Amino acid sequence: MTVSSNSRTTVARSVSLIRLLLAGTILFAWTSASADPVEIKIGYLRGPQPKTSISLLDIPPENNGVAGAQLAINDNNTTGKFLNQRFSLEDVQLNDKDDPAAAASSLAARGVSLVLADLPAAALLKAADAPGSQGLLFFNVGAIDDRLREEDCRGNVIHTAPTRSMLADALAQYLVWKQWRRWFLISGSHPEDKLYAEALRRAAKRFGARIVQEKVFEDTGGARRTDSGVVQIQRQLPVFTQGAPAYDVLIAADENDVFAAYLPYRTWDARPVAGSAGLIPTSWDPSHDQWGAVQMQERFMKLSSRRMTARDMQAWSAARMIGESAARTRSNDAKAMLGFLKSPDFALAAFKGQRLTLRDWNLQLRQPILLTDGRMIVSVSPQEGFQHQFSELDTLGLDRPESKCKLK
Amino acid sequence: MQAQVNPIIRSTGVWRAGLFGAGLLILLGTQASGFTAYVSNEKSNTVSVIDTDKFQVVKTIKVGQRPRGIELTKDGKFILVAVGDDDTIQMIDTTTHEIVTTLPSGPDPELFTQDPAGKILYVANEDANTVTIIDLEKKVPLGEVQVGVEPEGMGISPDGKILVNTSETTNMAHFIDTQTRQIVANVLVDSRPRFAEFKHDGSELWVSSEVGGTVSVIDPVKREVSKKITFDIPGLRKEAIQPVGISITRDGKTGFVALGPANRVAVINAVTHEVQKYLLVGQRVWHLAFTPDEKYLLTTNGVSNDVSVIDVASLRVIKTIQVGELPWGIAVSQQ
Repeated sequence: MTVSSNSRTTVARSVSLIRLLLAGTILFAWTSASADPVEIKIGYLRGPQPKTSISLLDIPPENNGVAGAQLAINDNNTTGKFLNQRFSLEDVQLNDKDDPAAAASSLAARGVSLVLADLPAAALLKAADAPGSQGLLFFNVGAIDDRLREEDCRGNVIHTAPTRSMLADALAQYLVWKQWRRWFLISGSHPEDKLYAEALRRAAKRFGARIVQEKVFEDTGGARRTDSGVVQIQRQLPVFTQGAPAYDVLIAADENDVFAAYLPYRTWDARPVAGSAGLIPTSWDPSHDQWGAVQMQERFMKLSSRRMTARDMQAWSAARMIGESAARTRSNDAKAMLGFLKSPDFALAAFKGQRLTLRDWNLQLRQPILLTDGRMIVSVSPQEGFQHQFSELDTLGLDRPESKCKLK
Repeated sequence: MQAQVNPIIRSTGVWRAGLFGAGLLILLGTQASGFTAYVSNEKSNTVSVIDTDKFQVVKTIKVGQRPRGIELTKDGKFILVAVGDDDTIQMIDTTTHEIVTTLPSGPDPELFTQDPAGKILYVANEDANTVTIIDLEKKVPLGEVQVGVEPEGMGISPDGKILVNTSETTNMAHFIDTQTRQIVANVLVDSRPRFAEFKHDGSELWVSSEVGGTVSVIDPVKREVSKKITFDIPGLRKEAIQPVGISITRDGKTGFVALGPANRVAVINAVTHEVQKYLLVGQRVWHLAFTPDEKYLLTTNGVSNDVSVIDVASLRVIKTIQVGELPWGIAVSQQ
């Protein structure tokens, strides 16, 4: 090899450059091991929450969801101590007029690449599709709309909230197991109620139940609570549920808490209530105490001085998924994390008696669904006997072969 | 005498061994091995005392609330049982079966381990992210070590120098120097690590991951995972395979892993780390204990409320013993 004087200097330069780089790497390794932890910034984007409910006990707490994320951040930081990683949470509350796209872009501009979103479906899509959201990974912790996992699925949105169809299927499996196959379905007049009713109809057909009667309860507005309201309700509800053909269980689809909670003990026929009141399918309940869940409930209570809701659990799961992928990939890179979460190596322990994993075709978290009567866990679906060639958890909700999702 | 029994089982063939299993048991019963097994019943709040000659419950001791982790002191004089909902560990006299005292275990104790001399007790406190160190003679706390979220599994190296704690939500095996009481290494394992067990020669540490569905074999010198044992049972969904309890024979050749709701104990060649066999036991099998002669392995089966007895030589389940509700932990006397 002939080396001209010119190229000799280049070689010399590049050698010293290598030395410098090496020194830099060593210095970096040293500092990263001892001084500055890797920062993992998580944003929490949430819209306004309803403040009304039929039961005083059901008014959502102001920090619904975000408190669950905070607990997971604390858990992640305990682990982070050993891995030199530090997790932080930035809570962004939007009002009705705020643009979710702008809020997401602004989070991205501040170095946040992971966002827990508790937004309605349309707002979530706006945030996820914003040009400024390039490189952001979203975790949907609130919206149960199937369309977000179907025709409107996104490659940058993971869902820890279950879908309506998962909730409906979980309830249906139990009712069929119980041999309560004749359903009287009352749905509300809001669009979400119609979607829930649709999911329940699908579940009935899928698992062998029959809807013998349907009725709509119109939301005519008005206050949920009045000083002598109970007198009227006691007279109205029996009449409203009168005249149905023989049925086993009354099912209410009422996501806006307009009427369902009035149904138990007030139906014309002495029948149990399920759906939005009575026996409720949910991702979490404060009474859940199996599979080590007591530890989780107590940890949450200690931190937040209140009980843990389903929204809290969905946010905890999302922030723990981030913690888990940061620990496994030793990185704060959203892309690397998504890669890990989609891989067969990912499993989330979430106090449900089995591992939770991601449906790789639409990024929905597979999970057992609890059935609660508000005091106790009555059962956990999937029910025994509902089989699936891949995972029994995929008997809940829309399955791979019927999926309309094409991830980009 | 007992050594002659095993070749008989082998030579008579599998189906015959099953057929004559009961008869052999009676034969064995005449040779007093004299061990006693103690089973904690999480729901009944009791400890079942099993005579391993007859394989029968001979006594039931009432204990505190939610008994789980259970061990005998090294001198065999006391049963230690963690009663989580009472935030303590009770000491039960093995002769009188009376609760004599309690230990300052810290909140919600679940599993614990002793140093080889039997003087110090290390307790995992799930709610406090700590390991509490207790002087067993003076019955006073000596200190605590901050570990990961939801500490559970506890193992100690045969030389007593390294304590290993597993944390269920942090998913690590924490190596703690018992002299300095400092964490010296953290090894990431699969989700929800439940139990840690060293080989008797200290050459390997096995950690079970309940949700991950694996057992990590860790090199205690390099402090890294050298092999992951996975389980595949035809006809059984993957989520049901939840490894918890681990027992390894003294010669380091065979390992047994309880697989929870898979209702099976995996038999593992502990040299090659290949699964050899799955033994069907009771429902939701949690923890395991050998009789001191390693002739039998006893398993606690939570959902079916019983204990299965595995004949270690023939690798067959030879007996089921009904105990209290939700049997959890098990310890066998050395005498």
